[in-house]
Amino acid sequence: MTFFTEENLELAHEIIGRYPKQRSAMIPLLHLAQEQSGWVTEEAMKQIGVLVGTSSAEVLGTCSFYEMFKRHEVGKYVVNICTTMSCALLGAEELLEHAETRLGIKAGSTTSDGLFTLEGAECQAACTEAPCLQVNYRHQYRVTPSDFDQLIDELADPNNEETPRHGVLAQIRQHIPVERSVGAVHPDLVNVPPVWIEEKKEANS
Amino acid sequence: MPDSQPNAVSVTINGTQIEAEAGELVIAAADRNGVHIPRFCYHERMSSVGMCRMCLVEVDTGRGPMLQPSCMISVTDGMIVDTESDQTKRAQEGILEFLLINHPLDCPVCDKGGECPLQDQTVAYGPGESRFIEEKRHYEKPIPISDLVHLDRERCILCDRCTRFADEVAGDPLIQFTERGNETQVLTFPNEPFSSYFSGNTVQICPVGALTAAPYRFKARPWDLEQVESTCTTCSVGCRVAVQSSRNELVRYLGVDIDPVNHGWLCDKGRFDFEAIKSPNRLETPLIRDPNDKDQLIETTWGAALAASADAIKEARSGKIGVIGGSRLTNEDAYAWAKLAGSVIGTNNVDAQLGDGLPGKVVLGLPGATIDEACSADTVLVIGPDLKEELPILHLRLRGAAKKKKVKVVEITPLQTGVSSYAHRSIVCRSGEAAKTLKSLLTSDDELSQEIRSGSVVVILGRSSLAESALPAIEVASVITEELPKAKFLVALRRGNVRGAIDMGLSPGLLPGRVPLENPNDEIKKIWAKVPTVEGLDTAGMLRAAADGQLDVLILVGADPLVDFPDQDLANRGLRGAKFVVAIDNFPTLSVANADVVLPATAYGEKGGTTTNIEGRVSRLAQLVTSPSAARDDWMIASELAWRLGGDLKFSSMEEIWSEIEQVAPSHNGITLEKIWADETRDGILITETSIQLAIEPSGETPVVDGYGLRLISGRKLYDAGTQTSNCASLSALAQDAELRVNPTELERLGIQDGSEVTIISTKATGVAIAIADESIPRGTAVLPFNNPGIRANLFINSELPVTDIRIETR
Ligand code: SF4
Ligand code: SF4
Ligand code: FES
Ligand code: FES
Repeated sequence: MTFFTEENLELAHEIIGRYPKQRSAMIPLLHLAQEQSGWVTEEAMKQIGVLVGTSSAEVLGTCSFYEMFKRHEVGKYVVNICTTMSCALLGAEELLEHAETRLGIKAGSTTSDGLFTLEGAECQAACTEAPCLQVNYRHQYRVTPSDFDQLIDELADPNNEETPRHGVLAQIRQHIPVERSVGAVHPDLVNVPPVWIEEKKEANS
Repeated sequence: MPDSQPNAVSVTINGTQIEAEAGELVIAAADRNGVHIPRFCYHERMSSVGMCRMCLVEVDTGRGPMLQPSCMISVTDGMIVDTESDQTKRAQEGILEFLLINHPLDCPVCDKGGECPLQDQTVAYGPGESRFIEEKRHYEKPIPISDLVHLDRERCILCDRCTRFADEVAGDPLIQFTERGNETQVLTFPNEPFSSYFSGNTVQICPVGALTAAPYRFKARPWDLEQVESTCTTCSVGCRVAVQSSRNELVRYLGVDIDPVNHGWLCDKGRFDFEAIKSPNRLETPLIRDPNDKDQLIETTWGAALAASADAIKEARSGKIGVIGGSRLTNEDAYAWAKLAGSVIGTNNVDAQLGDGLPGKVVLGLPGATIDEACSADTVLVIGPDLKEELPILHLRLRGAAKKKKVKVVEITPLQTGVSSYAHRSIVCRSGEAAKTLKSLLTSDDELSQEIRSGSVVVILGRSSLAESALPAIEVASVITEELPKAKFLVALRRGNVRGAIDMGLSPGLLPGRVPLENPNDEIKKIWAKVPTVEGLDTAGMLRAAADGQLDVLILVGADPLVDFPDQDLANRGLRGAKFVVAIDNFPTLSVANADVVLPATAYGEKGGTTTNIEGRVSRLAQLVTSPSAARDDWMIASELAWRLGGDLKFSSMEEIWSEIEQVAPSHNGITLEKIWADETRDGILITETSIQLAIEPSGETPVVDGYGLRLISGRKLYDAGTQTSNCASLSALAQDAELRVNPTELERLGIQDGSEVTIISTKATGVAIAIADESIPRGTAVLPFNNPGIRANLFINSELPVTDIRIETR
C-alpha cells in the first residue's frame, strides 16, 4: 500500500492540494509514480487510488489509456521510433528494422542488460525532421542507421549523463506558494474568484 | 405530455407531431410515443454517453436534416426527426457493420442468444453482410471478473453500460475501460474483483452476451423459459422481478423497472437466491421427535404431524401458546396465521419480528413516507441499520438521489456505513445514544440544524445495531416527533414481508388492518369466532415466558430465533422451556432441529399471493413452479390446524383469504383482487391508512455502562450465514468469516496483536474470535457482524439491556 517514498508522498499531497477535486491529481500522480520507479507499478496505482479517493480500477483505466505511462519495467533508455506518415516515407521502417537488429530485440521489448527499450511510436510532431525518434522523450532528428548506432554507443557509455533516465518529463518542479493555493475546495463550494483574476485586474488597471 | 405543461415543445417524429418536454432526449420522446429507435448504450436510468451511435437519426432544426445521436440531443420546438429515412438506414447499417467487425458472432453458444439486442437489431437494421474479411480481435474466452460475473471481451461492443452502472448507479467503480483504441477492453484491477452487491445488474443490461452470470450460464435458452412477474421478498424493499423457470426449476430473476421502487435494479442477493429454493436441503416431509430417541427427528405423515401439534395446543394451558415469525409469509398466509392465533387459539402472543425490529405499533403509528418521498425530501435522516447491507436497493435509490443533489442525506450512526460515502454529513455517535446526538444537533446553532428544520424531512429509522435494544430507536422517534413534528418515517425493517405480517396482525396489540387490539372494528367481530382482548407478548416476552415455564407451546412460523433473535441464550432457554415446539419452515435451521414437530412449507415461486414492502405497498407474488416435495402453503397448514382444533378459518384458497382481508382489515378496504391484478397496479398499491394512534413516551437516558469495556455494535451483512444465503451455492461463498473489528489504539492499549485470536467476554457468554485493527471503528467500540460464519454476535448480546458491552482479552 505504501508505494511512494516519504518525500514523494509529501509531494503527492501538495499536488493534490492544487486541484479543487482530488481526482484531478490522478495524472500528475501517475507521472510522479513513473518518476519514482521508472514505470507505474500496481502498488503505485493502488496508492494513487486511495490518495485521490477512487478505485484502483479507475486509476488503471486512466493509466492504461496513455502509452507514455509504462506498466512494465522499461530500460534505462526508452527509444521511440516514429513510424507515422512522414517518417515512414523517409525510411522509418528501415530505421526500426536496423534498430531491432542493432539492439537484438523486437520493438516493444527491452534489452537483457536493461539499458534499452525499443518502441515503434506514433507521430512525434517533428514531421519536418523525419525520420525522427525520441530517447526518453527527447527528440533526435533525421536519424540515419549510422546516426542510430552512434547514438546507442553514446548512451551505452556509463559516463553519459545527458539524457534523463526513464520517462521523466519535468525537470523543473513546480511549487504553488501557499497564498496562491486554493486547496482542495470542491468547485460547488467556491464562491470567490481565483486570486489571479484579481491580480490581473490590478495589473491591467 | 399534457398540453398544460408550460415547457412543452412540439416535435415532429416521422411526420407525426408530438408534444415533448423541453430538455427531454429525442430517443426518450420517441419511446414515449411508440417510436422505437435502435440503441445499445442508451439506458433510461443512466446518463447518456453517446458511445455506440446506433441511435443516429435524421434531425432537422431548421438548418436541414443531419444525422444526430438521438440519445445525446434534446428536443427543441419545431424539431423534425426522421427515424426511418434512407440516411438513417444507411447510418444504422454502417454502425452495425462496424460493431460486428470484432464481434465473434458465436450466438449458438452464447447465453444471450435469443434475447440479444445486438442479434435482434442486426436482423432488424443491419446490412446483412460485411465487407470485413480480416482476422477478428481475440481474447481469452470468458474470464471471471467476480464470483458471480464472467466477461467475454470478444463479445463486448464497448457500450459503457456496465462500467457506467458500476460507477454511476452502484458507486463501485471496479470495472473500467482500460487500454485505448482497438485494444480497449473492460477490466478490473488485477486481483480486485468486481465484488459489487449489484453486479448482476450489469449482466442484465449488457446489450450483448459479454457479461454472463455464473448461476445462469448455460442453464437455459430464452425461448425455453417460462416467466411470471413477481416481487422480491428477500428483503422488505420489495423490488419488482421477472421470475423465470425452465422445466419446473427456477433459473433466473430479472429486475423489472417500476418507478416507485427499484428502477429495474436488483441486488445480487435478491437476484441469485433462487438457488436456495431448489436446494437439496429443503425440508420435504413432516418430521416428528422419535419416541424412542429424543435426540432424533424422524419422518412422519402430515396427518400425524398435524395431530400431534393440535394435541399439544389443546393440552396447553389457556393463553400459554405463542406464535413467533411471519415475515417469510405472504399477506394471505400471515392473515391465516393471525386468524388461527386470534380466532381459534385465542391468543395475541404473536410476533412476526424476532426482537430485531421495532414494536409493531411504532411501525404502524409513525407517519409513513414512501421511498420516493425519501428520495425527494430536502433532508433524509438515516438513523438505523446499514442500508447497503440490509435494504440494498433503498440504498441505491437514496444514493442516486443524493448524487443528483435531490436530497441531503444526514446520517447519525455508531460507525461508518455504506451510506456514509454519499452523506452530506455523517455524525458518529456512541452506540445507543443517537437520540442524544440528534437532540443536540437539532438544538444547536449548527447551520445544518436550521437547514433540517426549514425543509421537508424523512427519517429512515431502524436499529443501528442489534446489540442495542429497540429503545434507542424509539427515543429517536420521540425526539423527532418533538422537534420536527412534520417529519415522516420510513421504518427500516429488513425481513421480506415483515410489514405485511404486521399489517395482518402478527404483532402483539394489533389486529389485521392496522387496528389496535383495544378497539376492534365491527367486521372482525362479525367474522372471527373470537377476538383476543388481552395484549399478548412479543418475541422476547414469549421466549422469556417459555424459559420460565409460563408458555406451553411455541409455534415458529418461518422463524429461527436461535440464530435471528439477538440474545441466543434467551432463545435457547425459551425453546428448551416450552413443552412443545412446532416449526414450520423451508429449511432445517438450528431452531427447527430443536422442534418437536416440523412442517415443511412451500417457498417463494411455489405459491402466489401478495406481499407488502417497507412503505406499505401491496404487490403481487406469482407462482411459477411446484414444490418438489410434500410441502404445503403456510395458510393451508393454519387451516388444517384450525380444523383439528375444532375451528374453521372458512377459506380454501388464496383468493378467498384476500377477499376476507379486504373485508376485515379497514386499511385494506376496497382493495379488491381485481384491483390487485389490474394492469395499472403493477407498481403495487400503497396503503397509508392506519388506525394506530401512537403516543411515544418521552425519552429516558441510556445507561452508561462501565468504562473498561468495549461497546458491542452488531449489524447484518448482505451475505451472511443466514438460511437463504447459506443454501445458495453461488452466494454462500461470499459470506465473509466473522471478525471482531476494533480501533487499533484499543488493541494496542490491551496489548492485542492485530489478527490474533481473542476471547470475547460478555455477561452472557465467552467466545473466541479473530481481532482485526480497523481505523474506521470508533474508539471504545467493537464490531462483530450479527450472523457471519464463525461466531454469532447473539451469543454475547443481552437483550434485556439497551446496549451490550464486552471485554476482550488475549488468549
Ligand atoms: S461488457 Fe456489455 S455492458 Fe459492458 S461495455 Fe461491453 S457490451 Fe457494454
Ligand atoms: S433490495 Fe431487497 S427486495 Fe430488492 S432485490 Fe435486493 S433483496 Fe430483493
Ligand atoms: S510522422 Fe514522424 S514525427 Fe510526425
Ligand atoms: S444509444 Fe445513442 S449513441 Fe448509443
